[in-house]
Amino acid sequence: MTTTPQAARRASPRKRRPATPAAPDPAAGLLPETTPVRLLDPDGTLLPARADYPEPPVEALREMYRRMVVGRRFDAQATALTKQGRLAVYPSSRGQEACQIGGVLALRDDDWVFPTYRESMALTARGIDPVEVLTLLRGDWHCGYDPAQRRTAPQCTPLATQCVHAAGLAYGESYQGRDTVALVYIGDGATSEGDFHEGVNFAAVFKAPVVYFVQNNRYAISVPLSRQTAAPSLAYKGVGYGVPSEQVDGNDPVAVLAVLTRAVAHARAGKGPFLVEAHTYRMEPHTNADDATRYRDTDEVEAWRDRDPLARLETYLRGRGVLDDAAVAEIAEQAETYAADLRERMNTQPTVDPLSLFDHVYAEPTTQLVEQREQVRAELAAAAEEDA
Amino acid sequence: MATMTMAKALNAALADAMLDDERVLVFGEDVGQLGGVFRITDGLQARFGDKRCFDTPLAEAGIVGFAVGLAMSGLRPVVEMQFDAFAYPAFEQIASHVAKLRNRTRGALSVPMVIRVPYAGGIGGVEHHCDSSEAYYAHTPGLKVVTPATVDDAYSLLREAIDDPDPVVFMEPKKLYFAGAETALPTRTEPFGRAVVRRAGRDATLVAYGPAVPVALEAAEAARDEGWDLEVVDVRTIVPFDDATIAASVRRTGRCVVVQEAQGFAGVGAEIAARVQERCFHALHAPVLRVSGLDIPYPAPMLEHTHLPSVDRVLDAVARLQWDDQPDRRWLTEGSAA
Ligand SMILES: Cc1ncc(C[n+]2csc(CCOP(=O)(O)OP(=O)(O)O)c2C)c(N)n1
Ligand SMILES: [Mg+2]
Repeated sequence: MTTTPQAARRASPRKRRPATPAAPDPAAGLLPETTPVRLLDPDGTLLPARADYPEPPVEALREMYRRMVVGRRFDAQATALTKQGRLAVYPSSRGQEACQIGGVLALRDDDWVFPTYRESMALTARGIDPVEVLTLLRGDWHCGYDPAQRRTAPQCTPLATQCVHAAGLAYGESYQGRDTVALVYIGDGATSEGDFHEGVNFAAVFKAPVVYFVQNNRYAISVPLSRQTAAPSLAYKGVGYGVPSEQVDGNDPVAVLAVLTRAVAHARAGKGPFLVEAHTYRMEPHTNADDATRYRDTDEVEAWRDRDPLARLETYLRGRGVLDDAAVAEIAEQAETYAADLRERMNTQPTVDPLSLFDHVYAEPTTQLVEQREQVRAELAAAAEEDA
Repeated sequence: MATMTMAKALNAALADAMLDDERVLVFGEDVGQLGGVFRITDGLQARFGDKRCFDTPLAEAGIVGFAVGLAMSGLRPVVEMQFDAFAYPAFEQIASHVAKLRNRTRGALSVPMVIRVPYAGGIGGVEHHCDSSEAYYAHTPGLKVVTPATVDDAYSLLREAIDDPDPVVFMEPKKLYFAGAETALPTRTEPFGRAVVRRAGRDATLVAYGPAVPVALEAAEAARDEGWDLEVVDVRTIVPFDDATIAASVRRTGRCVVVQEAQGFAGVGAEIAARVQERCFHALHAPVLRVSGLDIPYPAPMLEHTHLPSVDRVLDAVARLQWDDQPDRRWLTEGSAA
């Protein structure tokens, strides 16, 4: 039997080069999901369970609800105090309650929080006396609580600078054999700062147990997110540092707590930092001094009102049968008591001592500070004499 | 007694501090295996391991901010900025956090650390490698600012800086790194806050610090030929500042020239001149003069000798100190309408 070349080719097909086994994608496991993780629908119904983000225990969610209610009431009280002239300025976090409280609940008491000016609500949820929290904004000193005792850094205003502190602190803790985790709160705009980059990079290189928690509320004062980054989303910044990341619906309290719990566990297990981006929205202006109508329209704000994190959690917990009218009323009552107490204590003028200005510039005042202190003391004495 | 360079004395101070206090961590750019571009950390990593002496990512704000966090956790960071002008990215961390944390928290939180800055010129360095940046730090309350001019001080002041409860910006005059002197380490010199009379004299006081101290001493030596007996005071610690020693010297001599390498306008020398004038007015026979670098960006290497305060410039200033009780004519006409 003769075969034509064509037939021969057909009979024994050309050997194909063995496919090179695909190299494992080094970025696998670092990228966030393409859409924000969500466990609870905006209407409060539970979505199908996920093995990677198990639903937090219902008691934790109930406690989260309680702290969110008290936190929102605190926030409203602080805004009112500002209108009355009791606070110099107040940056509200209304609308961001799931993030404010979630970050605190995901941590142990001996973990460290690195907050910004936006986190007054989170700090009160951490159990810090609200009057101490508001010291900064009332203006009697820069930081009213003891950061070492509270394991909470002073609220940070120079944007993103706290990102590096957290890396150093968390590394220092693990260097000394302690399993402390540090959680950094940061805004979307601040992720453009160099210190965000340097902080995440240092934490990654030194495998420091830090959770970087970005509350993407879509604006940096007036500047929208599109002016901060061309990245698909802020969570995608993690891969560039070799840091795993996730994005989450920041108005879904269940998902926020679930994602942060996993991020904290990752850090505590010695696997290095984790980046979480929560998509949320601040319902109020940047601060009381801001006019948000100049850069966003009411339709946008109203659309976010429908995604209120508090209503969402309440609906869900009621549906689960762990929250009823009586419990809701009781928690509201707690919040009122908390606000009334704050109102009353903020209604007294704080005493400030000009001579204390010299106390903590250095461990021991320099000769020059001793001289200046004496000068101020003499001025005060002379003024007192004139008054008398 | 043996001859040792300032670089070696600084290296010994770091090693001895690491030996005495295991909380001390040394880190920065190229400080590990290489031992730093000036070799100040030479051998520390080999001796103490790469957890105690280590390289970081190349980011100065990161280095200082990381040190803030480490200090908060109870450790004692000693960081190296590779060159004066490359510390600028860290300035926000230094000015807003390092300097202020103790004050912001009413003493609840302090961040003792040492930020080592090789600074100033006279080494033929190209741009961005020769800045005198001490005034930026000295102008920032909460920082201590120290600059040694002798080998003994290099060792002693650095040891003290590492033990100090406050953050210290430790400014190392690059041009003095490899000058040697007799020393027997470990030595302890006068503490922070004390200026030292390096050369006693009766006719006028030269006040100097860091890289300007050898210039002042040389000028004082040369002045003998002109018949002037000059005293030289080394400031050593710009913050805390020793008004007493300097004022006492000027009251004795009645004349004062402040010598600094940095550009003059709004500099540390201006502060010193003002303080001397406030305290010694009635003892002064002439206005306090300053000899400083020119008010220009640090020049290219072939021109730096024009910029740097020289012995001649110091002597010219001394000559203007109204020795015959005649005011310098320039002061009588300057600024008056033509
Ligand atoms: C280094 C620095 N630059 C500018 C400011 C002024 N500033 C305060 S808040 C803010 C916007 C920050 O936006 P974002 O990070 O999104 O946080 P948000 O206020 O929305 O919570 C700006 C520009 C600052 N505090 N620090
Ligand atoms: Mg924002």
